[in-house]
Amino acid sequence: MTSDLIVFIVLALIAIASALGMAFSQNTVYAALYLVLNFIVVAVFYLLLGAPFIAMAQITVYAGAIMVLFVFVIMLLGVQGLPPSQTLPWQKPLAVLLAVVLAVQSIYLLLARAPLAQTLVDPDASINTTNNLQQMALTLFSDYLLPFEITSILLLVAMVGAIVLSKHDKKAGTSHDAA
Amino acid sequence: MTPLNYYIALSAILFSIGVLGVLVRRNPLIIFMSIELMLNAANLAFVAFGRSFEIANGKPFFSGQIFVFFVIAVAAAEVAVGLALIVEIFKTKNTVNIDDVNSLKG
Amino acid sequence: MHLSEITSSGFFFLAPWLVFAPLAGLLINMIFANRFKFSENLIGGIASAASGVAFIVSILLTYSLSLQHGEAARWRLAEWFSIGSLSLDWTFRMDTLSTTMMLVVSGVGTLIHIYAIGYMREDVRFKHEEGRFARFFIFLNLFLASMLVLVSGDSYLMLFVGWEGVGFCSFLLIGFWFEMDTLGRSSWANSNAAKKAFIANRVGDFGFLIASFLIFWNLGQSLQFDQVFEAAKNAPPGVIVAITLFLLLGVAGKSAQIPLYIWLPDAMAGPTPVSALMHAATMVTAGVYLVTRSAPFYNLVPDAQYIVAMVGAITALFAATIAVGQYDIKKVLAYSTISQLGFMVAAVGMGAYVAGFFHLIAHAFFKALLFLSAGSIILGIERGHHHAEHAEHADKSKSKKGKKEEHGHAEHGEEAFDPGDMRNMGGMRKTMPVTFWMYLIGALALSGIFPFAGFWSKDEILLDAKLHYPAAYWLLTIAAFFTAFYMGRQIWMVFFGEARTAPAKHAQESPKVMTLPLVALAILSVGGGALNFPFEGFHNLGHWLEHTLGEVESMPLNLQVAGVSTLLALIAIGISWLIYGRKPLQNGEPDPLKKALGFIYTGMENKWFVDEGYAALVIKPFDKLSQFLADVVDWRFWHDFVHERLIAGTYNWISAIALDKYSDKQGIDAFANGLATVSQRLSAGMRKIQNGFVRSYALSILLGVVLILSYLIFK
Repeated sequence: MTSDLIVFIVLALIAIASALGMAFSQNTVYAALYLVLNFIVVAVFYLLLGAPFIAMAQITVYAGAIMVLFVFVIMLLGVQGLPPSQTLPWQKPLAVLLAVVLAVQSIYLLLARAPLAQTLVDPDASINTTNNLQQMALTLFSDYLLPFEITSILLLVAMVGAIVLSKHDKKAGTSHDAA
Repeated sequence: MTPLNYYIALSAILFSIGVLGVLVRRNPLIIFMSIELMLNAANLAFVAFGRSFEIANGKPFFSGQIFVFFVIAVAAAEVAVGLALIVEIFKTKNTVNIDDVNSLKG
Repeated sequence: MHLSEITSSGFFFLAPWLVFAPLAGLLINMIFANRFKFSENLIGGIASAASGVAFIVSILLTYSLSLQHGEAARWRLAEWFSIGSLSLDWTFRMDTLSTTMMLVVSGVGTLIHIYAIGYMREDVRFKHEEGRFARFFIFLNLFLASMLVLVSGDSYLMLFVGWEGVGFCSFLLIGFWFEMDTLGRSSWANSNAAKKAFIANRVGDFGFLIASFLIFWNLGQSLQFDQVFEAAKNAPPGVIVAITLFLLLGVAGKSAQIPLYIWLPDAMAGPTPVSALMHAATMVTAGVYLVTRSAPFYNLVPDAQYIVAMVGAITALFAATIAVGQYDIKKVLAYSTISQLGFMVAAVGMGAYVAGFFHLIAHAFFKALLFLSAGSIILGIERGHHHAEHAEHADKSKSKKGKKEEHGHAEHGEEAFDPGDMRNMGGMRKTMPVTFWMYLIGALALSGIFPFAGFWSKDEILLDAKLHYPAAYWLLTIAAFFTAFYMGRQIWMVFFGEARTAPAKHAQESPKVMTLPLVALAILSVGGGALNFPFEGFHNLGHWLEHTLGEVESMPLNLQVAGVSTLLALIAIGISWLIYGRKPLQNGEPDPLKKALGFIYTGMENKWFVDEGYAALVIKPFDKLSQFLADVVDWRFWHDFVHERLIAGTYNWISAIALDKYSDKQGIDAFANGLATVSQRLSAGMRKIQNGFVRSYALSILLGVVLILSYLIFK
């Protein structure tokens, strides 16, 4: 066992544990914090995989911006847990069963059928340099320029959508007053 | 020197945990976070697979990472709209239990 | 003739603005002019500026072309459509031929736009329709855009697009005052004239279309000029003859040649700037341009060339004789235009493309000048007419005046006063001096008097004709004689002697916005001959067009030809002075020529009864036939008998007896009702699955995913 492998296993265990913690903690704030931990661990994986830019984006955008938004909404709506559910009694066991089946199936498919899966990943490999970022930017702004622009429009649309959704409907209010 | 298939397996496990969270929890915020976890698992797989195609046609191959970049951007947009929707549902229904939002049925 | 496919040098990238500038002008006027109450000067200014931009672009294109020594250039704007292997682009073609046309079209067009500002301002007031001012300029810009599409097209298809566009604009503008006749009385005369022009053009377009189809199927499945000309070299001559003759039919329609010329005189119903721009200077020359453009076809088949030349020559003479017998100032010019177009068509038919084109350009200058001057005269007399009316009213009972004014110009007096009738004019030299001088210059240029532009261009045609087609030479020479005669007649009748009516006496000169374009055109009419002096080292136009047309024979001045034609013109003017100038016509007196020539003059006066002939030979049988078809064949036989009795009757009988009772009620109805019941029950069961819980929907999605993965694993 090399030291790389030990690092991987430890990090993977933390990732799985924090994911489970997120999915099953009763307190929403804890869930959010578990998710942040998970994101940070995944960012370390990205670094090991030679993707420093994605790792930084993961931490700033995901663990930073998006999760702050989550926490903000959690604080807005209150953190109290929900009472035990009376509805859909068979949902929980069936979900657990199917999720396990899904995990087994996908691991099997990905490992047994994907021809590349046996490759070894070396964290010190050649592209993990400063040149990496420059090359990636070149690809992004040449071959992927159109998707990039479309993404910017998508973000604009999302922004407009969020504003429209959270805006008070003034017309309805006035008609209500009139009635 | 970690085999690539370890990463793939980890990605599959994280994805399944995300699926489980979506199906089991009734708090829409946690459901949402589980969806983010699923996206994250997929991203991990992208980067890992992209790693095995380091060089294509004589130049570095970045499509895996660029895809992740787009997924993050789309996720940000999704969160913005999704959270606005949740806040709006809370304002009208005064609850965050997703099982109470079931008026669309046959 | 080499084409540089992708031209990076020069100003060729500006080519699309030839078309887009007028389009922009028309869009601005169309959207904003009436909404924001633009002033008339602004509307006219926008339209003129749009036209001016097109002119500047033309100049820049010509300049760029001269930089690369006339080597043709193409600018591909967009793909229009592609079907299978056929792909057609909207490509602009800049060679020496098309840029020359662009310069003429946009240059003369700009002058006429400016003139029209002054002209339409008064015209809409005389007709009490101020709201139509903007519409006129919209149409005018649309015309310009279409015309520039026509001349800049790189294939027969783009040419056809422009060809149809200008035809449509012609229809719109002839029928501009669609609800009145030329005198402003309420009638459908103007719109009938518009329809006549459209239909006559349609006959010609039919020829053009057939020619295009023949080109497409026989010459390499293409319509692009260079490709089809290349393919034509190896094509059977019969095909080329057919193509050229069908093209000639198109030319006869657009350029008003026998037998389709009849629409052009009626087209004078449009406002005078329209007559000048479209029905004299530019649109009608499209036919000449088409023949010149198709020169590689015509050069292959001398027989077809001969036919074209003879059609042109006969038209030239025929129309010139009619022009002698006309009284309307614009009708004279209209027949003169047909005659001059005959000259051009004859020239290009003879293969003298440079001469034909030279005459086209010179004619554009002086005929636009003549028409615009005629418009100025007509408006001057209208002004005089109003002046006289006011004076009359002031003398008469004043109580009636206000009421009568409201009725407008059209209802004044028992019979409408015709401001375009030369018998109502006389002595205008004194009342409208500027217009008089301009008209005189135009008339001398048209008559071919040295040193005006018409002299040089006409003589070049005559010289070519003399060398190659003696018959055409004599026809054209006689036509030139008549040309000088009717122009002389017109000058004496309109400008000399005493005023025959009160309006002519009180006529007023036109404003500067109208006279300045006249001056510009007059300068061009005087100096236009410099384009192609027939001296060694001066064949500028010839050398310029050589880049497109190949070797051009440039001939020195032939003193015999020039002398004969000038002498004939001078004699004709002399005769016209003897008849009309020495003893001016008095009011109400018949034309002195009528006594001298008798029935021949009656023929000229009535246009040789061609319109009546068409009516008897074509229109009446056509009406009869359509009446027969509509009444007997369609209504009585087809509708009453076949449809009503046979088909509907049988159908009703069958459906009542057999279908309604047995198959419909007991078969189809039962089946449909059964289906409905089954789906009702099914849906009641399915509704239970749709429970409204998002979580359970998500679970079913997961179930589906797992099943699909299982299939992938175990397949």
